[in-house]
Amino acid sequence: MDHEALLLSRLQFAANISFHILFPTITVGLSWILLFFRTRFTLTGDQTWEYAYQFWVKIFALTFALGVVSGITMSFQFGTNWPGFMERAGNIAGPLLGYEVLTAFFMEASFLGVMLFGKDRVSNGLHLFACAVVAVGTCFSAFWILSLNSWMHTPAGYRIEDGVFYVANWWDVIFNPSFPVRFVHMINASLLTAAFLIAGISAWRVRGRVDGPATWLVLKTGVVMAAVLAPLQIFLGDLHGLNTLEHQPAKIAAMEAVWETERAAPFTLLGWPDESTGETRFAVRIPYAASLILTHDANGEVRGLNEFEGRHPPVAIVFWSFRVMVGMGVLMCLVAFWCAWELWRQGTLGKLPLTALSWMTFSGWIAVLAGWYVTEVGRQPWIIQGLLRADEVVASHPGGTVLGTLVAWLVLYVFLLVSYIGTLRYLSRKPARSLALLHEYGTAKPDAPAGAA
Amino acid sequence: MEHWLPFIFVCVMGIALLAYVILDGYDLGIGILLPFGNDEEKDRMIAAIGPFWDANETWIVLGIGILLIAFPKAYGLVLTSLYIPVTAMLMGLTLRGVAFDFRVKAGAEKKKRWDVLFFAGSLVAAMAQGWMLGDYITGLGNAGVNQLFSILIAMTMPALYVMLGGAWLLIKASGTLHDKAIRWCRLALLPMGLALLLVSIATPIVSDEIATRWFTLPNAIGLMPIPLACALCFAGMFYLLRQPHIVKSGYGWLVFGALVVICLMAAIGLAFSIFPWIVLGKLTIWEAAAASDSLLFTLIGTLVTLPMIIGYTIFVYRIFSGKAEALSYE
Repeated sequence: MDHEALLLSRLQFAANISFHILFPTITVGLSWILLFFRTRFTLTGDQTWEYAYQFWVKIFALTFALGVVSGITMSFQFGTNWPGFMERAGNIAGPLLGYEVLTAFFMEASFLGVMLFGKDRVSNGLHLFACAVVAVGTCFSAFWILSLNSWMHTPAGYRIEDGVFYVANWWDVIFNPSFPVRFVHMINASLLTAAFLIAGISAWRVRGRVDGPATWLVLKTGVVMAAVLAPLQIFLGDLHGLNTLEHQPAKIAAMEAVWETERAAPFTLLGWPDESTGETRFAVRIPYAASLILTHDANGEVRGLNEFEGRHPPVAIVFWSFRVMVGMGVLMCLVAFWCAWELWRQGTLGKLPLTALSWMTFSGWIAVLAGWYVTEVGRQPWIIQGLLRADEVVASHPGGTVLGTLVAWLVLYVFLLVSYIGTLRYLSRKPARSLALLHEYGTAKPDAPAGAA
Repeated sequence: MEHWLPFIFVCVMGIALLAYVILDGYDLGIGILLPFGNDEEKDRMIAAIGPFWDANETWIVLGIGILLIAFPKAYGLVLTSLYIPVTAMLMGLTLRGVAFDFRVKAGAEKKKRWDVLFFAGSLVAAMAQGWMLGDYITGLGNAGVNQLFSILIAMTMPALYVMLGGAWLLIKASGTLHDKAIRWCRLALLPMGLALLLVSIATPIVSDEIATRWFTLPNAIGLMPIPLACALCFAGMFYLLRQPHIVKSGYGWLVFGALVVICLMAAIGLAFSIFPWIVLGKLTIWEAAAASDSLLFTLIGTLVTLPMIIGYTIFVYRIFSGKAEALSYE
C-alpha cells in the first residue's frame, strides 16, 4: 500500500469529518433550545420567547444546511476512499447507516421545511409538533451514527468468516459496550456547545448595544444550561474514560503517555511525549494520580504503551488533544458557574463576564473536536478496534489525486467557515426586534412583562 | 430469500434514484436558471424550492445508502472509479445547499456572490451526475469512446434538469416569472429532446451487451412502448408550451407530469439494459449482495419507514401547495 496515499486519505477523512461534526453538534442542541422557546411562547403567550425563537431559527437553518451538505459528503466518502471497510464490515455498518437515513434524515428534512416556512400555513400546534419532530430526528440521527462509531471502537455481536463480518446479534451490535456512554457524552456535548453559542452571541449583542429583552432571555437560558451541563459533562467524561480503559487500554496509555506498565503511576499534567525515545520531556507530574483516577486505587496498575508495541496510536496527538478537551471543559465549567452566580446575585452581567462569554462562543467546538481526536486518533492503527486496520481498507488512488481533492476540500471548508462565522457576526449586529418591547416597557430585565403581543 | 432480497433492494435503490433525479432535478434546474431571473424573481424562484430541497436531496443519500447496505462490494468499486466526478458533485451540492441560507443572511452586498455560487454549484452537480451516469453505463471503463459518451451525458443532464426546473415554476410561479418559465421551457425542450435522443443512440453503440438486448426479437417489440411514450410526452410538451393560455389556466403540471413519465421510461429502459448487473460486466446484484440477515434486518425497517416517509412527504407538499409567493428565508 502506498504510504503517502494512506496518509492523504486519512487527512482528507479527518478534514471532512472535522468540518461536518461542527454543525450537527450545534443543531442537535439548538433544536431542543428552539423547541423550548416555542413551547414557552405557546404556554405563556410572552412575545419575548417568540423573538428569541425568530432570531435563533435563522442561525439554526444556516447551521443545519451546512450539516446536511457536509453529511452527504460523508456518505460518499466511505466508498471513494475506504472501499474495503464496507466490503469487510458492510453487513454491520450498512444497516446502521440505512436506519439513520430511514428514521432520521427524511424526517428531519421534511419537517424542517414546515418549521422554517410553514408558520403562516399551519396551526401553532402543528408548527410546535414540527419543531419537536426535528429535535427528536437529530437525536435519532446521532443514535445510529454513534452506534456504528462505537461499534468500531468496541465491536460486539459479530462473527467473522473469510475476513468478512457477519451479524450474530443485532442487539449486541447496536448497544455495544461503549455506545451508551458515548451517546450521552455526545448529546450532552451538543447541548453544552449550543448553550455557549447562544450565550456567547447574546453577549456579542449586549456588547454591541443591539440587545433587547429577548437577548437577555436567551443569554440567561444559555448560562443556566451551561452551569448545569458542564459539571455533568465532566462526570460523563470520566465514565467514558473508564469505559475506554476497559476496552481500549492502548488509547488510555497514549492519553496519559504511560510508556511502561507500572503501579502507583503518576499523572502527567503537561509535557511533550517523544515516541522516538519513549519518554515524556518537560513532564510535570502528580504522583499516584493516574492510578488513582483510572483504577480508583493509589497503587493500582496502569498498562503502558510497551504492551502494545506497533499497535498503539501516535502518542503526542492523543495526549495533547485530551488535555485540550479537559482544559476546555474545566474552563467552560468555571465560566458557567461564574456567570450563573453573577446573574443570580445581580440579575445582569458586568463587562468582564460578558467579555468572557463572548470569547467562549465557540468553546464547545474546540472541546468537541479535541474529544473526537482523542477517541478517533486513539483507535489507530485500527479502523475496527483489534480486528481491522485502516491500511487494509484504503482505496489505491494515486497520491496526487487524493492530494488534489484534499486541497480543494480544505479551500472550500476554510471559505465556508469564514462565511459562517462572518454571517453570525453580521446577524448579531442587527438590532434585536425585542428592542421594541424595551421601548414600550422601559426595562431590559430578563423578566420583561408578558403579553406584549 | 437469497434470490429475492437483492432484487428487492435493487428495485428500492432504483426508485430512490429516480425520485432523486425528478425531485432534486427540479431544484438543481432552478439553480441553473437562476441567473436569468431579475433580483425579485430570483427570490421567488428560490422560494419555490425552499421548503423542499433538503428532503429532495435526501433521496440520493438513500440511493447511495442502499448501494452501500445491499451491495457493499459494488459500492466500493463504483465510488472509487467515480472518484473525480463524485468529488465534483459533492462540492457542487455543498455550495448550492449552503447558498440558500447565505444569500439572504450574509448581508445584501454578498447576495450576488452567493447567487453566482448557487448557480455554479447547481450546474457542477448536474454535470457531474451526468458524468457519473455515463461512466456507470459504460461499465466504469476508461476507453476514449467511453469518455466521450460520459461528456455527452454530462451535457445532457443540465438540459433535463432545466426542463424540470422550468416545469416546476409553471406550477409554483405566477405573473412575469410564469411567462419567463414558459419561455425557458420552450428554449430547453429541443436541446433536451436532442440530448436524450443522442444518448439513446449512443448507449447501444458503446455497449454491445446493451445493443443485443434492445435490438433482438422479441425484446425490440416489447420495449417499443418506452420510446413511444417518450415521443408522445415530448410532442405533448411541444404543443402545450406553444399554447400559453392552457398552461396559464392551471395546466402547468401537465408539462411536469410529461417529464416525470420521460424520466420513468428512461429509468425502466436503463434497468432493462443493465439488470442483473450492478456494475455492468463486472458484478451481478447477487455477487455484490450483502449477507441475507443484514438485508432482512434493513428490509423490515424499510417496509415500516418508507410508507411513512412517502406519507409525510406528501403531507409537506400539500402544506406548501399552490403558488409560492412570500416564503422568506429570513
